[in-house]
Amino acid sequence: MDDRKQKIKLFLSRFFRNHDLAHDEDIFALGFVNSLLAMQLVQFVEKEFGVTVEDDDLDLDNFRSIDAIDRLVEGKLAPTP
Amino acid sequence: MSTLAAVSPGMQVELAPEQREAQRIFRGWVDEHVVPHAERWDRDGAIDRSLIDELRRRRWLGAPVAAEAGGGGMDLVTYGLLTEELGRGCSSVRSLLTVHDMAALSVARWGSPELRDEMLAPLARGEVLGALGLSEPNVGSDAARVETVARKQGDGYVLDGHKKWMTFGQVADCFLVLAQLEGAATAFLVPTDAPGFSRSAQEPPAGTRASLLAELHLDGCAVAARHRLGRVGFGFSHVISSALDHGRYSVAWGSVGIAQACLEACLDYTAERRQGGKLLREHQLVQQMLTEMIANSRAARLLCCRAGHLRRTGDPGATAETMIAKYFASRTATAAARDAIQLHGANGLTDAYPVGRYLRDSLVTEIIEGSTQIQQISIPLMVPADL
Ligand SMILES: Cc1cc2nc3c(=O)[nH]c(=O)nc-3n(C[C@H](O)[C@H](O)[C@H](O)COP(=O)(O)OP(=O)(O)OC[C@H]3O[C@@H](n4cnc5c(N)ncnc54)[C@H](O)[C@@H]3O)c2cc1C
Repeated sequence: MDDRKQKIKLFLSRFFRNHDLAHDEDIFALGFVNSLLAMQLVQFVEKEFGVTVEDDDLDLDNFRSIDAIDRLVEGKLAPTP
Repeated sequence: MSTLAAVSPGMQVELAPEQREAQRIFRGWVDEHVVPHAERWDRDGAIDRSLIDELRRRRWLGAPVAAEAGGGGMDLVTYGLLTEELGRGCSSVRSLLTVHDMAALSVARWGSPELRDEMLAPLARGEVLGALGLSEPNVGSDAARVETVARKQGDGYVLDGHKKWMTFGQVADCFLVLAQLEGAATAFLVPTDAPGFSRSAQEPPAGTRASLLAELHLDGCAVAARHRLGRVGFGFSHVISSALDHGRYSVAWGSVGIAQACLEACLDYTAERRQGGKLLREHQLVQQMLTEMIANSRAARLLCCRAGHLRRTGDPGATAETMIAKYFASRTATAAARDAIQLHGANGLTDAYPVGRYLRDSLVTEIIEGSTQIQQISIPLMVPADL
């Protein structure tokens, strides 16, 4: 949902000031990401979208871009079969 | 109804009545059970073991762990008040809560279901004591680069390495340990009865002398697969990072406790000692030092309260705010302790007054959980919460 991507972008844009982050842009390739941002990203996703990031979700690819984070949240919010 | 009346209360800067009551209880308990003994513990380089039993009985070990997990379920601001009071009485006692709760919360957050079944409730109740096994002889600030190695063996792991500076390491039952597993930083919970584990007591350092420091020797130390915390490669970025985040919260409050202790010692001393025909507190330059201590300790406490509030609500800015609180509070503690000695004159340098201990203990707060310099290079890279 675009609203969700917007929220993710807003959060990430506080780290990447003066940079218009594209939805598919690799944030790790931008330099700047340290272990503290990695942890804050988990906290953000959990708080903002009310999901729990499990061990198996801890894959850098799940946090690589706005699209990737959106997909992770989407998957977690989807009703389990 | 005016529009303003509809505005929600907004930023809370006052404690709730229950928090005040808890603070009163903590304060009374520390004055009775900690303050009278802190000097002796510092001199002997060890707190009384019976105090650990008492903390356990009161459910103050594992207090911030959720009640469903067997912990105290204490709200994080109340927990901060407890930490401040313990820090006011004795930084070594405060440091026991710091490291134990770091280990317990890590198991709660990152432990496998099997590990949680086995260890979480006993840790949350303080029946099993946890501690932090991160630093090594060659690795301090740059903790992600520990030299301890882990390798897969059968169903479990084998660890080899040397850890140093473990607070309450002489008595802990398990350690949150960081090691390199095929070059990827990975966290483990290492029980002290694991084969290949041994430890040795360290000489008490100048500050938090009573915290029973130990070195750990992991020589082919075998742990079960369920003792790995979090995924391989995420041991520093997630497991240790979140443990240190809690540690900073604890040290920040403990530092407020030191600053408060300095202030109280100085208010007493300057109200009884006379020089130049009047009480010290009647001299304007003395008043200036007291004012600095009063204002900065209050500012530090407010930063801690705010960090606590944000932690309670799970705000992603809580980590940054906690860092800021730790940075400010630890520097406030060392400045207050230095001024406290100055205000006590020669007496401040003797064992007859506690201010020398406050200075030694405050220095530790600027080194552990990320030194002052590490905070200075990290805080600008963080995104704090909106104010
Ligand atoms: C009383 C006490 C209890 C402790 N308890 C524990 C424990 O329970 N568990 C545990 O794992 N460890 C523990 N430690 C160890 C503690 O975590 C380390 O001391 C701390 O991480 C700092 O590392 P270091 O002492 O090796 O200093 P170093 O990392 O060698 O730093 C030395 C100096 O260089 C500065 N410096 C380092 N890197 C940088 C940089 N990049 N930029 C600018 N300046 C820099 C530091 O700020 C410091 O001033 C304890 C230490 C003490 C003193």
